[in-house]
Formats: sequence, structure tokens, C-alpha cells
Amino acid sequence: MGNEATFITKNFGKYDPMSIDSYLSIGGYSALKRAISMDGEDIASKIAEAKVKGRGGAAYDMGRKWSQSRGIKAPHKVVICNADEGETCTFKDREIITHDPFNLIEAITICGYTVNAQDAYIYMREEYRHLRPRILNAIKQAEEKGFLGDRILGTDFSFRIHLYSGAGAYVCGEGTALIRSIEGKAGRPRMKPPFMKVSGLFALPTCVNNVESFAIVPHLLMDDKREYVSYGSGESLGTKLICLGGNVRRPGVYEIPFGTTVRDIIFDLGQGIPGGHSLRLIQFGGASGKVADSRILDTPYTYDDLKKAGVTVGSGSVLVIDDRTSVLDFLRMTQDFFSEESCGQCTPCREGNLHIKLILAKMARSEATQADIREMTKIAKIMSISSLCGLGESAQNALLSAMKVFPETFELGGEN
Amino acid sequence: MEDVQMIHLKINNLPVSVPKGTKILQAAQSIGIDIPHLCFHPDQRAKARCRICSVEVVGNRRLLAACSTEVWEGMEVFTDSQIVRDTQVGILQLIMADHDKNCLTCARNHRCELQELCARFNIQIPNVPDVTKDRKAENTNPSIVRNPAKCIKCGRCVRVCKDTQGIEALTYASRSDDLIVTTPYNLSMEKTDCTLCGQCSLVCPTGAIVEKDDTQVVLNALQDPNTHVIVQVAPAVRVALGDAFGYESGAIVTGQMVTALKMLGFDRVFDTNFSADLTIMEEGSELLHRIQNGGVMPMLTSCSPGWINFIEKHYPQLLPHLSTAKSPMSMFGAISKTYYAKQAGVPVKNIFTVAIMPCTAKKFEAARPEMGRDGMRDVDAVLTTREFIKLIRYVGLSFKDLPESEFDSPLGTGSGAGAIFGATGGVMEAALRTVYEKVTGKEAQPLEFHDVRGFAGVKEATYDLGVRKVKVAVCHTLLNARKMMDRLEKGECDYDFIEIMACPGGCIGGGGQPYDTTNEVRKKRIEALYEIDKGLPYRKSHENPDIITLYKDFLGEPLSDTSHHLLHTDYHQVHKLYEFE
Ligand SMILES: Cc1cc2nc3c(=O)[nH]c(=O)nc-3n(C[C@H](O)[C@H](O)[C@H](O)COP(=O)(O)O)c2cc1C
Ligand code: SF4
Ligand code: SF4
Ligand code: SF4
Ligand code: SF4
Repeated sequence: MGNEATFITKNFGKYDPMSIDSYLSIGGYSALKRAISMDGEDIASKIAEAKVKGRGGAAYDMGRKWSQSRGIKAPHKVVICNADEGETCTFKDREIITHDPFNLIEAITICGYTVNAQDAYIYMREEYRHLRPRILNAIKQAEEKGFLGDRILGTDFSFRIHLYSGAGAYVCGEGTALIRSIEGKAGRPRMKPPFMKVSGLFALPTCVNNVESFAIVPHLLMDDKREYVSYGSGESLGTKLICLGGNVRRPGVYEIPFGTTVRDIIFDLGQGIPGGHSLRLIQFGGASGKVADSRILDTPYTYDDLKKAGVTVGSGSVLVIDDRTSVLDFLRMTQDFFSEESCGQCTPCREGNLHIKLILAKMARSEATQADIREMTKIAKIMSISSLCGLGESAQNALLSAMKVFPETFELGGEN
Repeated sequence: MEDVQMIHLKINNLPVSVPKGTKILQAAQSIGIDIPHLCFHPDQRAKARCRICSVEVVGNRRLLAACSTEVWEGMEVFTDSQIVRDTQVGILQLIMADHDKNCLTCARNHRCELQELCARFNIQIPNVPDVTKDRKAENTNPSIVRNPAKCIKCGRCVRVCKDTQGIEALTYASRSDDLIVTTPYNLSMEKTDCTLCGQCSLVCPTGAIVEKDDTQVVLNALQDPNTHVIVQVAPAVRVALGDAFGYESGAIVTGQMVTALKMLGFDRVFDTNFSADLTIMEEGSELLHRIQNGGVMPMLTSCSPGWINFIEKHYPQLLPHLSTAKSPMSMFGAISKTYYAKQAGVPVKNIFTVAIMPCTAKKFEAARPEMGRDGMRDVDAVLTTREFIKLIRYVGLSFKDLPESEFDSPLGTGSGAGAIFGATGGVMEAALRTVYEKVTGKEAQPLEFHDVRGFAGVKEATYDLGVRKVKVAVCHTLLNARKMMDRLEKGECDYDFIEIMACPGGCIGGGGQPYDTTNEVRKKRIEALYEIDKGLPYRKSHENPDIITLYKDFLGEPLSDTSHHLLHTDYHQVHKLYEFE
């Protein structure tokens, strides 16, 4: 049975998201109070022990990131909360901001304390502009209560949070593009090094995390009963917000314990596919994610098991596509997304997306040859191993995985 | 040196040791392996955007960009594995598919980095279909042509314009496969902040930005029996031209160059070094006049047309600081159409004056209405060094085998002071040699002014002229010029005289110089100019016998009425079009 957990979402609906007093009444800000009595390194270790991996897509060890950021000595450092949430079928960060803005503000403040930063920027996608007042209100009330600003809670720690709205490009969710966007430059990724932790926003050492990654932290610091680590197993401890969408009866954001099977996610939480249709494919982790067919249903949703099954957690989305959409049409849709969103600065992604789009169109017209398929495969591989940023690297994940899972789609009549 | 930490790695199984901080690209170069690259330029920060330098590094699932990845201890690199080959060739094919491939009629045919790579990888039938888009050339100014259909979006031009020149007249627009490199609002270049300095055309690896080709105009003039075609060659050309013909960089090829011009059919081959001396006479006198009469100080040099375009567009309020002296090229033009015409007994209308210049902005300068009289231009055509190279190839000369010959008289003698005009600091030093003597009445001591030499972006010095000290500054690149002008605006420049050249290193690094002009090459050319200076019988402009004769027979005195009429000009604010939009 797919049972929902309420660890990250435990505050949802429990308080008035426009009122800090309401938040305080349910124990809000006890995590920050505890944090400032701790050594930053211990905070990072606590996160590392719970094996929290970044929830923005790359699944980087979060405790390690905080510890590395902390280790960089500089008079001025910044924290960035990535609320660009640009992946397709991904809307969990929106839920967090909507229902629990104070927890996010508290979490970012704890991060600032841990890594010795003075400022934080929340980079929120323009489409979430209706949530701006909510965040600005939370920041303002936190300042009024002394949880932000100078000498927080009587310590030497001073910290401010700023809200920045992005201009809407998917690629701006990529860290280096994001910082350029805040700096007022065109939102195009840059090469690394320098790495963000050394030189990020305004060339200052920068620690970037996703909204969900942050949201875990206050709960984890107060988790004396070790509830979080009681969920899941191995490298996948705790819970995860997933965004279930597509052809399911009950789409939405669910908090699941790691280890819930894909079948339980789709057929129990999501109540299955409507209209008596059968499952065609599932894409995990947004447009940049890989696809699987029904053979994956009994796989537990964990980092390792999904990887063995050929897909990844990515942004946490689970997009269900039923038999009304062909694999080819699905791939063309995904390709259109990347052909639109590539920033165009590096050759493999700029030109590769175009050619693959053309070959997919040829396939749809039944004009593609085996040579076209070979070329398409080659270009897709070149994109994934040689693009400048994660967008080009992952843009052909759907195609390359579909070629393995649905070989019949790519079998054409004659040679050539 | 002894403190440099060495890193040990393997490239294609060969052991390599390089200093810490070296990138894979240079580490491979050190053992004779050329990893293909297009967006990389030795004088620019790595961009890692073309991705053609992708190489395999053991332990990495993805390939790494050799131009931007620092080596590490124990690194194992493969530059020629199957996956690397497939990727490099694949990327090249992707570039070609969106490229106007008309090499045969391209300005860069035979001298193109993209073409070289296609030849190297033996690309025959491309695997991917042609996806070229209809992209119109921009051809509205006298200096530079942009062919966006040949642009591979490497970003070198954007970088040089922004980082070296501080202009940002070129930028990226649009995204995905529509990405283009263009001007703000897609305006034609002369209507933007652009100064036509041509540094973009120098770093561009393809035919996407090139000088406006005037070779045919010159060939036509040379064929016309009724036209008396004379040519002047700028000081910086003779130390750069050899690069195209198999000489070491910095080789001095004056003799062969003069022979080549004579064989091309020019009626007279003259030297811009001569009129550089003339410029010193006028500009030096103007400086003294300003000092003695409380004129606008500091005075700024006016011989670099990229710089003139810059100040007219960006700092019009500072124009009164500019010396009114025309550039050596334009002074030569004016003298050629007056004094020389009379001397040679040739009707002015039959004289066609060609200038061979290291510079694209000179084409614009020559086309200015101020640079002529009675509807006639002082300089009829300007060729860049690169176009000159094309002409030499056109007529089939084996340059290296040519005998040496001498410039013609009377506009063919230049002093050492004129020779060093081509280097940053050279105009200043030339002026100091003359001004020092004029003021002190003594031989310039020392003759060489080493404080104003060298590649530093900004140089300063103070010299004691007895009655008064003069404080001078020298800067090159427009980024440094901008900084200097900002200081001047704030009243932080207590100099008397400032030399400014638009291009890195001065004219020897000009936008019209041979491809592969890097800062290393520039330094060698600068040395070569000082070498020429040392070997000349006259090293001060006022000692040049032809200059003495010119003043005696024709001009009278520096700053005389005739001088003013022919050799001086004024400047005007130039509005950038988009200011009005
Ligand atoms: C093209 C692209 C888009 C991305 N978009 C987002 C995004 O919208 N939100 C996000 O949190 N991370 C996004 N990422 C991942 C970020 O680069 C970064 O890894 C993440 O914000 C780090 O936070 P985390 O460690 O908490 O996941 C994107 C990455 C790429 C390459
Ligand atoms: S991979 Fe795509 S999005 Fe990323 S830098 Fe290259 S062109 Fe831009
Ligand atoms: S830019 Fe180079 S490859 Fe392109 S047409 Fe010109 S010579 Fe050929
Ligand atoms: S000519 Fe000079 S100023 Fe103009 S775009 Fe090129 S580099 Fe920039
Ligand atoms: S114009 Fe030339 S230098 Fe500029 S991006 Fe295009 S190819 Fe590169």
C-alpha cells in the first residue's frame, strides 16, 4: 500500500502561512534556536548522516555541500534558494512555498548560519509571482521578530534574505545561469570552474539548494525521535516529495517514504489511469528525465533501485503517459521543449537539438532511414557527453532511454 | 621559477609534466599534440562553448573541455580515442550544417580555422542535412563587413570587443538554434558604439567578420594607364607582413615589401614613416603652443582612428583635448595631392593615393569628408595588411625570394621616430625626442625614453625640460582609454600629453594585421620597430632631411596657415543611432 508520510509536509495546513505568530504557535523557529547553539559543522553532519540528497535534480550530498561551503573562508558569502522549478510536471516547491513559507525562511537562515553567509537570494520563477507577497511577508515578519537582520537572536550572526523573480527561462534553474540572471546579465550558463562554492553570485562563494532540500532541514534538526531516518533504507533514507502528473486520476504532490513502489505511487496514490487506458510510459524527473514502461512498476522508488531500472529521481516528478500518446509523439513533445529552452551558446546543444527535432519529424512522416536513426543516436550521445551545461547533457535522456525501452519505435523498414 | 609546482599526467599514454594551473590544451601542445579548438583564443579567457576540444579523461563519464580544464596530478587524458574522434567530428559536422560553405568565394578561403579543421578531419560528405538560414550580410560602413551566415557563434569577437576594447558593440541575441552574434538592436555597426577598430575581424576564426575588401579598387587603378598610383605603407606593416610568408614573427621585411609594391605596379612607393615625422612636427609644436598659451590640457594624440571614433562617440565633451593634427596617413594624403603633385608635375586629378595600413578604421578615416579638399579625397583607397597579402598572392609573387629595394623619393624617408609610431608609446617617444630639443635647445638626453616603452596597458613618466617638467601617459586598448577618459573627466589626470592607441600594442596589433596576431606576436613586432629605429641615420623627426625640405619649400613653419589648412582638422560628436530610438 502506498502510504503518504508527513515529515517534510508536517506543517501544511497547521498554521496561517501569513502569520509568524501562528507559525511560532506550532513550534516554528525552534530549529533556528537550536541551530545557533550548535557548531555549523555539526549541522552539516546531521544532514549528511540522514543522507539527504539535493532535491533540485542532481542529487548532490547536501550535508557535504554545506560542509564544503562552510570550509571556504571569505568575508562575504551568499546562499541561494533555487525556486525556479522549471522542470516539466514539477510543482512541489510551489506547494512548500504556499503552505509553509516560514519553514523555508527558517531553513535558509539555518543554512546561512551554517556556511557563514550574510545574504540569501530566493530565485523564484516568474510564474509564481502570486506567491511573492507570501514570501515577502514571511521575510518581513521574521525581521520584525529578530529572526532575520542584524545580530539574530542576540548572536553575532546577521543575515538577510532577498527575493528575486526570474524571467522565465528553464535554463535559469541551472546554477551559473541563475546567478547571471540575478546579476542582471543574460541567463546563460557558464563553464565551470570556477565552481559556485568558490565563486558564484557577484563572484562570492555561494551555496545553492532547492526549496525542498531546504525544507527538510528544520524538521531534521528537531527530529529527536529519528523519524526521518526510519523511512527508507540504504542510500535513500527519509521521505521525498513527488509530483505525480499526466494520465492519472489523482495527480498532485505526495510525500512518500523512500521505498514505496512505483505501482503504489501510480495506482494507489494516483488511483490509476482513467478511462480504461493502459500505461504507455512513465517519465521520471521532468523533461530531462528518462523513461520506463510498465516493467518498472514493482521497483521501489529509491535512488539506487530507480537507477538499476534505468531512470533517476531527478526533480521528483512522475509523469504517466497512457496508450493514447505514442512514444514518438511523446519524444517530439519533449524535444520541442528542449529546442525551445536551449540557450544556444554551445554547439552540441544548439545544433544537436535542431537535428534531432528534424529527424523525429521525419520519423513521424515515415520518411526516416536507418542512417537517420544512427545519426540521431550519435548526436544524442555527443550532446550528453560534451555539452557545456546540464541542459544539453540531459536533453536526450528521454530519447536515449526510449531507444532501449521501446526499440520497436526505432525499427524502420529498409536499411540506409 | 623554482617554486612552480609541476603536475605529472599522461596524455595518450605519454608522460607529461607541466606547471600547476596549465590547461589540458596547452599540456598537449607541449608534447606536440594539437587538440582542435575554435572558441579558444590565446589572449582570451576560456569560453568552452564550441566544445570541439572535448577530450576523454579517465574517471569521467563525460568528456572535458581541454581549453578550460586544468590538469591534475595523475590525470590520464586521451585525445584520440574513438569517442573523442566521433565527438569532435560530430561537432564539426553540426557546425558545418549551419554554415554558409561557399569557401571558394569567401574572404577567408585558405586562411580559415574552420576550413582547416574540416580539411584536417577529412570531412567529405556531411552526415547531417544542411540547415543554413537566410542571414543577410551587413555591409554599410567603409571598414567592416559582417557575414552572419558564416558565424559559428564562437564568441571571440564578443569577448575582444567587451574585454579588450570595453565596447560591447557585439552581443548574442536569441537562443537555441536561432542564436546569433550581432549588434545591439541589429543595427549596422557604425550606428552602434562600435569604433570600427577591427579587433573582432582579427580574432574571428571564419569569414563572419572581415574588413571591407578594397583590393579590386586598387587593382583597377593600377591597370589604368592615366592614373598615377602612389602608395604609402604604415610603419607597422613591415614587421607583420612576413608572418604570412613564412618568416618568424617580428621579421623586418621592408626591402621585400617595397619590391613587391613596385612589382605590383605602383608608380611611386612611399613611406608613412615620412608623414609620421610630419605629424610629430605639427603635434609637437601644438603641444608647445598649448603649454605656452594656456591651451586645453592635457593634449591627447589623434593618430589612431579607432580611438578617434571612440572619443567622438563616447566622450564628445573631451574633444577639445584632442590634438588637431591629422594622422600620418591623412597628412601624407594631403601632401601627395598638393606638394607632391606639383613636384612630380602630375595633375592632381590623376593621382590615386593608396595607403597600406594595419587598421580597418583607417578605411573609415580616409572616407571622412574632412580628409580631402574640393570633393577630392586625400587618400583614395586603404588596404589592410591582410588585403596587401592577398594582392601579393594575386600577382603570384614569391615574397621570400624577392630582392630588397628602397622607398622612392621625396616622401620615402622616415626617421627612427617615425618608425616607432607603430608601437604603443612610440608616438610619445617620437614627440619627446623633438619637443625636448625644441624646448631645451639641447640634444635629447637620453635619446631613448624607456619609461614609455613596453606592453603595460598604462604607462606614465615625467621628464624635465629644464624650464618645466612634462608629465606624460601612454595607453593602449579602448578599455584603458575609457578608464583614462573617466579619470580625465574627474580631473584626475595631471598629465600634459597622453598617447592613446585603440589596439593592443598599438598599430602593430591593429585590426587589419595578419591573422594569428596574438599578444606574444605583438611584443616581437614592437621589438622589431625599435630595432629599425636603432639602425636609421636620423632618429628624430626634425632631422629628417625630406621634412626639412618640405617645410622650407612648401609649408613654411609648423602650424603655419598652409599646415593648418592641409594637416589639421577638427572633430565632432557622433550620435549613436539608438540613442534616439
Ligand atoms: C537546465 C537545468 C535546470 C535546472 N533547474 C532547476 C530548478 O528549476 N530548480 C532547482 O532546484 N534546480 C534546478 N537545477 C539544478 C541546479 O543546477 C542545482 O543543482 C540545484 O539547484 C542544487 O540544489 P540541490 O542540491 O538542493 O538540488 C537545474 C539544472 C539544470 C542543468
Ligand atoms: S548545453 Fe544547451 S543550455 Fe547548456 S550552455 Fe549549452 S546550449 Fe546552453
Ligand atoms: S568561413 Fe571558412 S569554412 Fe566558411 S566559407 Fe569561409 S573559408 Fe569556408
Ligand atoms: S570593430 Fe572594434 S569596436 Fe567594433 S565591434 Fe569590432 S571589436 Fe568592437
Ligand atoms: S563573428 Fe566570428 S568571432 Fe564572432 S562569434 Fe561569429 S565566428 Fe566567432
